[in-house]
Amino acid sequence: MSYQCCEGVRGLKFSRRYFLKQGGVAMVGLSAMPAFLQRAVAATPMPNKKQLVVLFQRGAADGLNIVVPFGESNYYRMRPTIAIPQPKRGGRGSGFVLANPELNGDAAIDLDGFFGLHPSLAPLEPLFHKNQLAIVHAAGSPDLTRSHFDAQDFMESGTPGLKSTEDGWLNRALETVPEEDASPFRAVAMGPNLPRMLHGGAPAIALPDLKQFRVMAQAPGTGQIVEGGFEAMYSQTVDHALHGTGTETFEAIDLLRKADPAKYQPENGAQYPTSRLGQSLQQIGQLLKANIGVEVLFVDCGGWDNHVNEGGVQGQLSNLLKDLGQGLAAFHQDMGDRMENIVFVTMSEFGRTAKENGNRGTDHGHANCMFVMGGDVKGGTVYGRWPGLNDHQLNEGRDLALTTDFRSVVGEILTKHIGVADLKPVFPGFDNNPRKFPGMIKS
Amino acid sequence: MRLQESPASPVNQRIPSISATPRSFLAVILSFACVLSLGIELPASAENPASAKDKKPKNDPALKGLPITELSPDEAILHTLNRLAYGPRPGDVERVRQMGLAKWIEQQLNPNSIDDRALDARLADYPTLRMSTAKLIDEYPQPKQAEKQAEKRAQAQAQQEQRRSDAAAETVARDMQAAQGQTKGGGETEAPQQNATTAKQEMSDAPAPMKQEQPEGNPATKGVGKRDVLGGADPNNVPRAIADDSKRPQRVVAELGMAKVTRAIYSERQLQQVMDDFWFNHFNVFAGKGEDRYYLTSYEREVIQPHAFGKFKDLVTATAKSPAMLFYLDNLLSADPRAAQRQAAERAARQQWRRGRFGWPAPPRPVGNPQAKKNERGLNENYGRELMELHTLGVDGGYTQKDVTEVARCFTGWTIDKPRQYADFKFDDRLHDPDAKYVLGKKIHAGGMKDGEQVIDLLVHHPSTAKFISTKLARRFVSDNPPPALVNRMAESFQSSDGDIKAVLHTMIWSPEFWSRESYRAKIKTPFELVVSAVRALGTDVDTPMPLVQWVGRIGEPLYQCQPPTGYSDKAETWVNTGALLNRLNYALALAGNKMRGARTDVASLLGVDSSADPKAALDRAVQVFLGGQAGPTTVETLEKQLDNPQVLQAKLDDARKQVDLGVVAGLVLGAPEFQRR
Repeated sequence: MSYQCCEGVRGLKFSRRYFLKQGGVAMVGLSAMPAFLQRAVAATPMPNKKQLVVLFQRGAADGLNIVVPFGESNYYRMRPTIAIPQPKRGGRGSGFVLANPELNGDAAIDLDGFFGLHPSLAPLEPLFHKNQLAIVHAAGSPDLTRSHFDAQDFMESGTPGLKSTEDGWLNRALETVPEEDASPFRAVAMGPNLPRMLHGGAPAIALPDLKQFRVMAQAPGTGQIVEGGFEAMYSQTVDHALHGTGTETFEAIDLLRKADPAKYQPENGAQYPTSRLGQSLQQIGQLLKANIGVEVLFVDCGGWDNHVNEGGVQGQLSNLLKDLGQGLAAFHQDMGDRMENIVFVTMSEFGRTAKENGNRGTDHGHANCMFVMGGDVKGGTVYGRWPGLNDHQLNEGRDLALTTDFRSVVGEILTKHIGVADLKPVFPGFDNNPRKFPGMIKS
Repeated sequence: MRLQESPASPVNQRIPSISATPRSFLAVILSFACVLSLGIELPASAENPASAKDKKPKNDPALKGLPITELSPDEAILHTLNRLAYGPRPGDVERVRQMGLAKWIEQQLNPNSIDDRALDARLADYPTLRMSTAKLIDEYPQPKQAEKQAEKRAQAQAQQEQRRSDAAAETVARDMQAAQGQTKGGGETEAPQQNATTAKQEMSDAPAPMKQEQPEGNPATKGVGKRDVLGGADPNNVPRAIADDSKRPQRVVAELGMAKVTRAIYSERQLQQVMDDFWFNHFNVFAGKGEDRYYLTSYEREVIQPHAFGKFKDLVTATAKSPAMLFYLDNLLSADPRAAQRQAAERAARQQWRRGRFGWPAPPRPVGNPQAKKNERGLNENYGRELMELHTLGVDGGYTQKDVTEVARCFTGWTIDKPRQYADFKFDDRLHDPDAKYVLGKKIHAGGMKDGEQVIDLLVHHPSTAKFISTKLARRFVSDNPPPALVNRMAESFQSSDGDIKAVLHTMIWSPEFWSRESYRAKIKTPFELVVSAVRALGTDVDTPMPLVQWVGRIGEPLYQCQPPTGYSDKAETWVNTGALLNRLNYALALAGNKMRGARTDVASLLGVDSSADPKAALDRAVQVFLGGQAGPTTVETLEKQLDNPQVLQAKLDDARKQVDLGVVAGLVLGAPEFQRR
């Protein structure tokens, strides 16, 4: 994570914390400051850095109905009631004729003549064609477990097969780029708990709601006393461990107060869904715009474990995808030019069976698809080697086989976008050779 | 140093007030305080008045028999109550002094000698604690699919309404803030998330269809991400699924959490509670993993609690045979990969024999029967690995991947009988690998269940285990990086006593290192310790512990919800972070401010009413009562400055009816850096 954008402004070696600390003074004495310092204070407390947003689809999303391989005739054979019909025209598919009258409503959105988006992801189509969105298919964690518990654990620890890893890969990634005076908001998870992915030595915080990140005085009129009292105690204490955390905490409260989350209005006409996911994405947008040193953001999105009545064009999965598609598109729109510095990646612990089950749903499978969105992304392409869906090509005779390790996808993002020089500590024991990168990030 | 426990006196009606001060003013005061304190920031110990006062602790009869040289009697008693208990309640220090410290500790090491009937009465509120697994499964079933759907729709609607009312509340709140300077902590905005999570959880639990359609039949695939119910939820808002009258499986885990908090607060057998927590964490099982939500009650009751002071081997054996552990670490699925073949061959042989005897035609047998394939199970190494890495030898304990596989082979066949009905331990000889195995260079070939038992015997007697367990105990009780000499003596004790936990604890407590100045207040309280110790310090009467359970989750370590088998780390660096600290402060304010549902605190009588007339007196009392009088000089100084603020004094003159909000003073002291340590 290199300091580039503000090099010209920052002729003197003032740390970011210096600016933060001086914020109050600056308000009073702005006119007395040299012009370049004024600009630095007024413009941004933090040089613009590359940012990464990770979205975890908990429950194992059905990648085969999200990015539909409509060119595979076996796809339709294996999913008689839940398959997404081929696009109306333009597909170089097999000419397979749909027998199921229920599927006449809508169809996959053609991406490249072989893959199509689920129709509920329509808001993402323009992003794909504007090269802002790439897809990596047949990707995921190589461990063969079908346990949500273990697979999520592995995908977050970044060490598939090894259970005793205590920290998460996203935290280790931050540790490889240590930062003096890092913002307390450097790594943020939207939600009540810190996800496993962000556990570890680098500071990270969980924010259930931006509006609640403050000292909550219980008696009317005591707000200043309690906040001031705590802040003073922690800034003065001789307790080193707590002094550091305390100082960061009050710095964070202050930063967020200035960002004034209650007044936020999305830009460019973006409309976030009113769902939990939509609201989390909006808050992520707020944090990114607040210029408070956010580098890594994490958001959870559940409900993908559709064993029963998953649905096809309509139904449970469709509803989840509407929410996801609208959310991602709104985020992209809201961020506008800021997307240049942002990469947004999705992942899910494993995919689902290629065959539908007896309850019009799917069971736990293996490989899945990942979305990668952002200005640094070479979009408009479905990446990865397609393993095929014929019976003999399936993993254990039942699921989409895996051809891209999620660590290669993330590794490429970390290397080319964030600037992590050495991936070994991030994914110990994994040969993350750049030649194996899918190639979806601009060099 | 004196610790006053003065009784309540009548409330003084003419009391000055503390009111808001502008931030800018605060900044000036702070910078001034900063300058003042520059020259006097010495280590707390060096200027501790207490240590100066009590020069000869050895002569104090209360400390007789313990190797205490560096701590004053009061410090030693506080230290004991903070390490071997969940912090002092009002009057505890005096009680322990009267009894004599060594005697108190000996009693704690023999918990059955202590009358704990008052606690038992409180625990009567939680009927699930006494139920068998079978009864829990029966009485707290998974809701039916249809009900789930209906509920999900209702929740979605409720969410919408909630959001609308939140928006309205937000507007009102902003107006109030403008008028008042600060509003009371909201918190309703989290409710929709909670509901959404609950709905999601229930969705991922579809029981019946999965059973048929999952070839692996892996029960472990169900129920992930369950942390939220006891996790970061708004503590004043209890989700339906864990309400008092709920018959949902979530209620079972909720009762475990409430019982745990209740025991830690009210049990006279404090060290037993600390040890239960230690061992549960050491042999961690995650409540969010499928059926484990039903198994944890008996796990804690029958596996952890009875063995907490016993022989380590018994504890390991009990966990190895517990459905909770068998399920959590997948050993119930582990089988000799050749078992299916063997069974098929046996079947064929039987049929051959019958045919030969009676001349019956062979029954038609489908070729490549998928059902047969479904039942095929292989070796699962999870338990074998964690047994060595986390339960006994430690990660550097000197075992190899080969050992992991061999241990796993020894434990094939250790499984659960009827996991969805009553879940008893079962050894299934048909799944067991009958061949010889080699573990840590030793041949294991006892046959059947004895293979696993021999492995346990081998592991618990290994020197690495003695060292690993001693290190973990010392880290919990003494300091994050315990002195190696102490650990070595504890390990010797472990080996010479055949892994007697009480003996190891005795060695630790009767060591000078335990009472050293260095280890005094060296530990930062875990979220659970913080929540419980604050309640104890305030003498709060807790009627409904659920909000406390939820605060523990908010501060970062939700009870029974630690997903990895490592348990929560006992090193502070892994849990002290910005969000968690803010929640610690907000917890202190909510508890001391009497804003927590089901918890009443009488701060006025605790601090003495006189103090409500004078903010400084209140502060002094709070520091005495909550910190044993041992606040760092900067803490007292900064708080005094806060209360000395001319604006506060001015406000008091303006409106003499206002009194000092003692809840605020108590909250500030409970949120002080000093109270975060034990």
